[in-house]
Amino acid sequence: MDLVKELFEGSRLALARSITAVENEYDNAIEIMQSIYPKTGRARILGITGAPGAGKSTLTDKVVKHYLDQGKTVGIVAIDPTSPFSGGAILGDRIRMNDLTLNENVFIRSMGTRGSLGGLSKKTADVVKLMDAYGMDIVIVETVGVGQSEVDIVKNADTTLVVLVPGLGDDIQAIKAGILEIGDVFAINKADRDGCDRLNVEIEMMLDLDSREVKWRPPIKRTIASKDQGVEELIEALDEHFEFLEDSGELQERRAERTRNEIVAMINEQIGRYVAEKVITSDEFNSQVDAVNARENDPYTVVSDVMAKVLK
Amino acid sequence: MAEKRIRVIVAKPGLDGHDRGAKVVARALRDAGFEVIYTGLRQTPEQIVEAALSEDVNVVALSLLSGAHNTLFPKIVELLKAKGMGDVLVIGGGVIPDADIPGLKDAGVAAVFTPGTPTGDIVKFINEHVK
Amino acid sequence: MAYESLKEQIAAYNALCDEKSAKTPERQNLKYNRLYTPVDIEGFDYEKDLGMPGEFPYTRGVQPTMYRGRFWTMRMYAGFATAEESNKRYRYLIESGATGLSCAFDLPTQIGYDSDDIISEGEVGKVGVAIDSLKDMEILFDGIDLGKVSTSMTINAPASVLLAMYIAVAEKQGVPSTALMGTIQNDILKEYAARGTYIFPPKPSMRLITNIFEYCSQNVPKWNTISISGYHIREAGSTAAQEIAFTIADGIAYVEAALKAGLDVDTFAGRLSFFWNAHNNVLEEVAKFRASRRLWADIMKNRFGAKKPKSMMLRVHTQTAGSMLTAQQVDNNIVRVALQTAAAVMGGTQSLHTNSRDEALALPTEASVQVALRTQQIVAYESGLADVVDPLGGSYYVEAMTNAIYDEAAEYIKKIDEIGGAVVAIEKGYIQKEIQESAYKWQMEVESGLRTIVGVNKFQVEEKAPEGLLRVDSSVGVNQSKKTQEVRASRDQAACDAALAALKAGAADESVNLMPLILDAVKTYATLGEICNVLREVFGEYQAHATL
Repeated sequence: MDLVKELFEGSRLALARSITAVENEYDNAIEIMQSIYPKTGRARILGITGAPGAGKSTLTDKVVKHYLDQGKTVGIVAIDPTSPFSGGAILGDRIRMNDLTLNENVFIRSMGTRGSLGGLSKKTADVVKLMDAYGMDIVIVETVGVGQSEVDIVKNADTTLVVLVPGLGDDIQAIKAGILEIGDVFAINKADRDGCDRLNVEIEMMLDLDSREVKWRPPIKRTIASKDQGVEELIEALDEHFEFLEDSGELQERRAERTRNEIVAMINEQIGRYVAEKVITSDEFNSQVDAVNARENDPYTVVSDVMAKVLK
Repeated sequence: MAEKRIRVIVAKPGLDGHDRGAKVVARALRDAGFEVIYTGLRQTPEQIVEAALSEDVNVVALSLLSGAHNTLFPKIVELLKAKGMGDVLVIGGGVIPDADIPGLKDAGVAAVFTPGTPTGDIVKFINEHVK
Repeated sequence: MAYESLKEQIAAYNALCDEKSAKTPERQNLKYNRLYTPVDIEGFDYEKDLGMPGEFPYTRGVQPTMYRGRFWTMRMYAGFATAEESNKRYRYLIESGATGLSCAFDLPTQIGYDSDDIISEGEVGKVGVAIDSLKDMEILFDGIDLGKVSTSMTINAPASVLLAMYIAVAEKQGVPSTALMGTIQNDILKEYAARGTYIFPPKPSMRLITNIFEYCSQNVPKWNTISISGYHIREAGSTAAQEIAFTIADGIAYVEAALKAGLDVDTFAGRLSFFWNAHNNVLEEVAKFRASRRLWADIMKNRFGAKKPKSMMLRVHTQTAGSMLTAQQVDNNIVRVALQTAAAVMGGTQSLHTNSRDEALALPTEASVQVALRTQQIVAYESGLADVVDPLGGSYYVEAMTNAIYDEAAEYIKKIDEIGGAVVAIEKGYIQKEIQESAYKWQMEVESGLRTIVGVNKFQVEEKAPEGLLRVDSSVGVNQSKKTQEVRASRDQAACDAALAALKAGAADESVNLMPLILDAVKTYATLGEICNVLREVFGEYQAHATL
């Protein structure tokens, strides 16, 4: 396929258009993913999440610059919420990374959540794979950690960085949203603000409460992204986590589990789609529903009939 | 295709800092169901085109009030074409004298929206012209 | 109980009107009551709320005689293309009776780039005059006696450089800096919030501003060192109350920065001036001017303990609202500008620029500038509006609205104080967000027809494109670049390098006042871009984080 060939040859436009195909579920999307799949699995995937206003984009910008200084290439997927009223979105993260735009070792793509239930996580994973296949050493997924779907997105990452800020009661918000549980590394950004020590203690206490058997104790790093302070130390912590994953065999385990989950999710999605498109809109199904309503049949019999046909 | 969205980059080329119009338009486009990437101030043509490319937008909307439109708008159109993005709809707005509009259209700017244009007209134009 | 029977009458009147005005739904959107009576200004205290003109809290004006003494300064903002062209326009304006000059600079100059910088492409000479070096400044004021004229310069981030050039030109004319009169805008906070021509981050920018305050208090004592500007905040879409609230909050930040630098409030506060927008709603605007004077006086006296009356006076330059000019039926703009002029005059402005009818389309032609200036002259000499001090003082409506705007603005200032002051509020995007909300609301009101703009969403006509607009030739950029390269080639390079090196060293030491070093540098014909680049290396550049 031309698009994939061009993508492998380094065409940024081909990468951009492949992402669009996946995002918009164009007919060629599956074919693209099939063709690029053999070249995936090389990039390190870093998830960055945190409450709105935590300074994630500014921190991402600085983290990327440090990776670039190390000679690495970086892909960034920046996700912003879609308006539930209009279906539109202002994708505003990129503006904080404007001076990365012309760097040929960086590729930034903004995505709206588009209200696709569960589908966002799969799409994001596919976009990450496209950047991976394109040859990016590191792929960063940045999202607002406010809902379950965002949590699912960062589960695609090898390492998840949770960004918090002192004050504003963000700490409690974060615990509610469950994002503390997914953090491999924590950054307390805007660390020159009041309440930094308290937040640090609170996170430590949270981690102490974690009753799971832990092989990795998430470190807490203080940063002031706007002044590029503490970013070097943060990068070291991220690297250490990745080394831990590799050395402990956890990376293989995580990725294997992720692959399994992805396949299961895709099967579920296909079945769901088949049911939605083919089964429940059919005349036969409608008459079965009518029969159940008239107590001439029961739902349990209908379901086993339908399943028998689907699995035929 | 239920998941398709029109993607628009709203950009401020040049040095002009007047962004009231650009921001109002960005919000109106969002409210019309488009995905809008707003670049902020002082973007060079190269930056705008690269952002348009990696975001794979359908529309590049340029706002400029300083009078540099005759230099910068055509340059952006040219760069888009050179990058294989000739199919992208380029529209402009701001303080642009009527006399300059034919020249801008010849250069590949699809439409120019001058002060007083309702945002609904811009939405309508985009909906009608994005393939 | 005061006004008991009046209150009953008002209730009956409102009931009657509510029934009748249901027929005119588009008038239901108005913010103010339909009738004002003594009830609306209950507790009104003449001595406390108004006072005499020229006396605290200056609600009625900052001078005792106001326009019975002399008219406001009719100051027309101008500048385009090259220094030569703008010099011609300035001489024309002085001959036409303008009493002050107001320099518009092009965007590269405002953002500290030379005309031959790649980023200046297409912008040179477009929205104002291009100034790269002292050479251009010498040409700009050629034949104009800087000892006699008062000059306002709309320059912010590189204000210190342009002021230094002005001082250097005066020196060459034999005019001492102590005799110079004028204003630099020098208001960086509103650049971050609304206008966009910033260079450096807030901290070094605030230092440059306090350096100017300090330098001028000793060397250029008649100079207005800052024009704290609400104009652009309003243009960006704010309401009247937001305009004065955010601007006075900026003013508080400047005063605090200067106090922190060790200056005594009464040494610099008298040189602070303000810049308001004159918008379409005439009476609301008058109330805004009055409220702003009372608010600033209260803050300077009570919060900062100013002793000198001058430190408490809000002196203001005004410009009619550019954003209210329509590109449709441009002659209608003459009427709008006349009404806005009336508002500024009844509001008690110290100086005024009136926009020209064709400015929604291009820079104004000489003919339309003349009409704009004549508008001021007609209001001054013929309308009678300038014959009485604060003619609307005592109007139930205007007094009630003055109180309402004062209260709303004071509320905003309290909120900004809680956030941590104007600088933090801008860095967090709070002020920008408030302005954007108002701008979007306005636009939606226009589009839904709740707000009528004559000729735009009502009473439209088919019309031909207006002819004879001013055009700036694109060869301007090329010629200007060439001129600047010649300046670089012919100057004493060693002296220039030494001056820039000294400036760089000074910039790195926060205790140094940079004004003398910048003055030394401009005298060696170091260019604006070179000077700003040296400062960029030390200070870094501001990165805007748009909030939408």
